[in-house]
Amino acid sequence: MDPIRESLLKKSHQAKLERRGRLLGLFCISLIVVVVAAIFYFVASRGLATFYHDKINLWDFLTKQAWNPGTKDSHGIPEVGALPMIVGSFLVTIFAALVATPFAIGAAIFMTEISPRRGMQILKPVTELLVGIPSVVYGFIGLTVVVPVIRYLFGGTGFGILAGTFVLFVMILPTVTSMSVDALRAVPRHYREASLALGATRWQTIYKVVLRSSLPGLLTAIVFGMARAFGEALAVQMVIGNAALLPHNLVSPASTLTSILTMGIGNTIMGSLENNALWSLALILLLMSLVFNLLIRLIGRKGALKP
Amino acid sequence: MAEKIITSQDVHLYYGEHEALKGIDLDFTAHEITALIGPSGSGKSTYLRLLNRMNDLLPNIRITGDIRLHGQDIYAPETDVVQLRKEVGMVFQQPNPFPFSIYENVIYGLRLAGEKNKTVLDEAVESSLQAAAVWEETKDVLHQSALSLSGGQQQRVCIARVLAVKPAVILLDEPTSALDPISSSKIEQMLVNLKNDYTIIMVTHNMQQAARSSDRTAFFLDGQLIEFNATAKFFTAPAHKESEDYISGRFG
Repeated sequence: MDPIRESLLKKSHQAKLERRGRLLGLFCISLIVVVVAAIFYFVASRGLATFYHDKINLWDFLTKQAWNPGTKDSHGIPEVGALPMIVGSFLVTIFAALVATPFAIGAAIFMTEISPRRGMQILKPVTELLVGIPSVVYGFIGLTVVVPVIRYLFGGTGFGILAGTFVLFVMILPTVTSMSVDALRAVPRHYREASLALGATRWQTIYKVVLRSSLPGLLTAIVFGMARAFGEALAVQMVIGNAALLPHNLVSPASTLTSILTMGIGNTIMGSLENNALWSLALILLLMSLVFNLLIRLIGRKGALKP
Repeated sequence: MAEKIITSQDVHLYYGEHEALKGIDLDFTAHEITALIGPSGSGKSTYLRLLNRMNDLLPNIRITGDIRLHGQDIYAPETDVVQLRKEVGMVFQQPNPFPFSIYENVIYGLRLAGEKNKTVLDEAVESSLQAAAVWEETKDVLHQSALSLSGGQQQRVCIARVLAVKPAVILLDEPTSALDPISSSKIEQMLVNLKNDYTIIMVTHNMQQAARSSDRTAFFLDGQLIEFNATAKFFTAPAHKESEDYISGRFG
């Protein structure tokens, strides 16, 4: 047979390598998918057992205030009201985002619009450093500095939503800042030029054009920070007081879904109601992070449609 | 003798060590269209951007010489840059409407000035879009995003946006180079109509465009002004060898 024709019929070494590489990639991807699906299945099956197996009413679980899975109330129903933790989690998340947003956007404006060179030289390494600090360090600083200061200023123990907010604010600030910087940088230069050429001052240009056209990106940054705050466990646990009570004010001890979860999960027996109830909290956390993710995608898509 | 609205003398511009403009003397007459032509890198766009201080944004730049608008040195420390840019508007090479509605784009300059009266704004939108020859196409879609328009329409909205501020001078930096021939000729025609109310200075790569629409032509080469003449004279009997070579297509 013709040698070229013969060589065309044989699989070359490169083609075999290519095939092997593709299989390897496919394997890795499927592994990740399987792991994620397994986590979802596991958390859901455990978390839902509270309602199917232990016959707890879902509405009661979400709205009752007493959290004491080991004991039963006057009707003989175990006390598994998760409202205090749900409220605690949302409060620290929202407050942390509220406090962090102006600082983050302010820093981002400084770094991109006002003093790009100095901003990038000083602020960028600082924010990157902040991201790398382990959360236990934040928690420890919160415990030794923030809590006593709050105790001194407002009385009480110092533990509570306010301390949690403050620690989370510092923790999410770098994330929100660096994502805001990316959003502002993505605003095309010619928008700024057009605005200045029409007689706008720098501040008017920032306010009316740059911030306005980067709004979807900025919202994504904020939601990302909120997702991080919502899921943070250790640092919050160290400063929030861990009392499963509905907070009366910002300085009374409270708890979050994550703090109760990390405290309790080692002390309960697998399959018991106490354990299942904790898994139900984990399920709420998982669903919330899903919601945050969807929110980010939704904002991104909306921003992409109307550039 | 017609009024000289902008005068410039011995203008030099350096990017770091590189001298991009090597002593330009050029005056502009009110209510005329002046075309700045020359090959890429000849300094014509750089010169144009000096006239409303857009080059201020670039780092590492040094400007010497004397540029005056109505006799006021525009680079003097006491000159207000924001006010200067209201008097000397600019249209860029790429159509660059803001990602807002057409209406919001046109009134941007007025909003900056704090104008809130709806009647005034509505009138400004209509008259500016009409002057920019884009009213018929946009009057029913004023509240749609300006980015939904075609490139030629976007560029005319950008011109309307400048007109709404009522500047004395309009600078155009290759306003039609990103557009198709039909859109280009519409804009060209519109510029000729605007001459009565504005002084127009336009950088263009298109020599036919300069010949058709301008009153005077300035020819830049390698950072120098080679020739400045009435357009009719420049294209029929250029005074310099380089001008003749350029317009006959021997280089550039």
